[in-house]
Amino acid sequence: MVTDNKPNLVTVNIDGVEHQLPAGANLVDALASVGKEVPHYCYHPKLSVAGNCRMCLVELGSPLRDRATGEVVMENGKPKVGWQPKPAIACASTVTPGLHIRLDSPAVKSCREGVTELLLINHPLDCPICDQAGECKLQEYSAQYGRGYSRYIDEKNAKPKRTRLGPRVTLDDERCILCSRCVRFCNEVAGDPVLGFVNRGSYNTLTCYPGRELANNYSLNTVDICPVGALTSTDFRFRMRVWFLKQTPSVDTESSAGVNTTVWSREGKVHRVTPRRNDAVNETWMADSGRELFKSGESADRLRAARIRGAEADLGAALALAAEILRAGPLAIVGSGHQSLEEQRLLARLAKAAGARTYVPARRGAGDGLLVSEDRTPNFRGALLAGLTDREADRDLAALRAEIETGRVRSLLVCREEVASLGLDAATLAKVRLVTLGTHLDAASAAAEVALPGLTVFERSGHFVNCQFRLQSFLQAIPGPAGARPDAEILGRLLGAVEGRAVAFDAGAVWQELAASQPALAGLAAGRVPAEGVLLDGSAWRHLPFPERKLLKFAAQA
Amino acid sequence: MAVKVLERRPLSFWERTYLPQILGGLKVTWQNILRPSVTLQYPEERPVIPSGYRGVPTLVRDPNGREKCVSCQLCEFVCPPKAIRITPGEIPAGADTAHVEKAPREFDINMLRCIYCGLCQEVCPEEAIWLQGQYSMVGRTREEMVNNKARLYELGGTLPDSHLKWDHKRDEAGRQAGGHH
Repeated sequence: MVTDNKPNLVTVNIDGVEHQLPAGANLVDALASVGKEVPHYCYHPKLSVAGNCRMCLVELGSPLRDRATGEVVMENGKPKVGWQPKPAIACASTVTPGLHIRLDSPAVKSCREGVTELLLINHPLDCPICDQAGECKLQEYSAQYGRGYSRYIDEKNAKPKRTRLGPRVTLDDERCILCSRCVRFCNEVAGDPVLGFVNRGSYNTLTCYPGRELANNYSLNTVDICPVGALTSTDFRFRMRVWFLKQTPSVDTESSAGVNTTVWSREGKVHRVTPRRNDAVNETWMADSGRELFKSGESADRLRAARIRGAEADLGAALALAAEILRAGPLAIVGSGHQSLEEQRLLARLAKAAGARTYVPARRGAGDGLLVSEDRTPNFRGALLAGLTDREADRDLAALRAEIETGRVRSLLVCREEVASLGLDAATLAKVRLVTLGTHLDAASAAAEVALPGLTVFERSGHFVNCQFRLQSFLQAIPGPAGARPDAEILGRLLGAVEGRAVAFDAGAVWQELAASQPALAGLAAGRVPAEGVLLDGSAWRHLPFPERKLLKFAAQA
Repeated sequence: MAVKVLERRPLSFWERTYLPQILGGLKVTWQNILRPSVTLQYPEERPVIPSGYRGVPTLVRDPNGREKCVSCQLCEFVCPPKAIRITPGEIPAGADTAHVEKAPREFDINMLRCIYCGLCQEVCPEEAIWLQGQYSMVGRTREEMVNNKARLYELGGTLPDSHLKWDHKRDEAGRQAGGHH
């Protein structure tokens, strides 16, 4: 196996053309890296090899050697290739020096046709009602590698349909092609081995252990990896066809793990959120709890317009009044790990210009050791980088409360935080002139003199820094409520009002200032962050007691 | 460019009188005035619509009264002017057609957008949407020109079905549950 970073490249002959591939690599992945698709159902790069679907059969060969001398046998000036008498599965083969592979020989084609025909014998004609249609491997490979007609005249098998496998997963056994990806996922990744196959032959059926259900917080990953429509998401079931949905790269805001996601939306409405592969963060997985966060953006308590003393108001008037309150001072600011790096920077500049002390509350929860961390904000590291805070996140706001009670703080700006649960009750908030910026109505924004509407992570673009100090970008998938402006614009205008001059709040300008002021971000610019993110140097904050212990791709340093 | 001037032939005596031309025209008039009338007294009289006519798209039921549409949304996808809008829904577990699982909750066809191309009928895997003989759509408002699900089934009625795919599937499942294999 290759252990160093430089792959040991060897020459491999694919259909008569020589390619350089890393030795020891899985053949399916290695061939995909040079644009050669090997169709497969059961193989998954992040799971163990099962080799049961037989779809990836290819012909393999290697140069013959003379048994007496050990010399390579030559034929017409080229090494003579000894082809294996029968095809082999690519998923269980690795790249070896001098390997010869046939991907489109008549034998390989007939293997794929045969496998496809056998899979389709009992597969129901459910495509019109099947949610997987459009992203179904069986559908794609049947069109690409199948025979095109059926020779089977008997009745198809009947198996249980519309089965509740767990609170979030629905199983249709007729559609199952028995690839065992879901079984392996539950055993190997989720650590909750509840799925298995029962019965034999054509009665072979995926099922849950008696008395158990697929209820772990990673159950929806089985839906993602199911190559057919056997496992479907109960929430997304019959909601919308996938070919209508626009895919936008985003980042999960559930915790500081920074899971990469794809947001699937149509006409300004998010329909589902799925994990996006990032081998350095979440591989191809995501927690179920993070997939439902998009629903809060449509909830009834969403703050859709600016409010002045509880009454809906024009955003311009609200901003003018907010600026007046901030200027009046003395000001304190509550920032948030839910803000993007750009917003945190603008807020830090606002705090500096107004001479305000800043607080970033801690949001803690239990970590699961996989992809949900103890810090339940996506971007506390961003607050450090932006200079919004330089200490551990505040467990409560008792210090701020004392400042307010003693009258040393007379106006307060709260961004994206629900402060009532942190020790600032209504009586305390009544003693300050309060400006809030947030997505939802809560006790503080209802009592605020000015409540400014914020946008959710799906409605704005920006960057988060996860617990590894990995800078990752998220893009706007859907438009925000009519009239609402991005948080960065609101903060930029407030900053401009406090500084008494126009402040550029577009991503380019904010990043220019960020890169100049923060050494860890030097050389970076808006729109230049690659899909896998950029690992930043976080050694300056190593002394801080971060709550994260262990995640799939993160371990706290002792 | 050179211009070539053509001399016009002078009119003859009879041509100058115009009489042959007038009489020739009157001959055509009299021939047609004596023929039987072919004008259709629309809207009291309606034309016979040939089979295969591509009129207003409709949704149909099978002979057992089951709504054939399963809201796969292929017609919505293929529709060139985006006239079709479907909200899919699930058939509850206790219903007669629960084995079909999926049916449209809402199905709107905007007849101000429809171009009667028939692609929806062609793409439908369930033979549920048909452009039938109805050719006249009128309305006083834009809303009236949008056919909703109830109106589409009212226009569509029932069409014969030789497959009865879903009922066959349900019956077969019942047989196999009884020990057949």
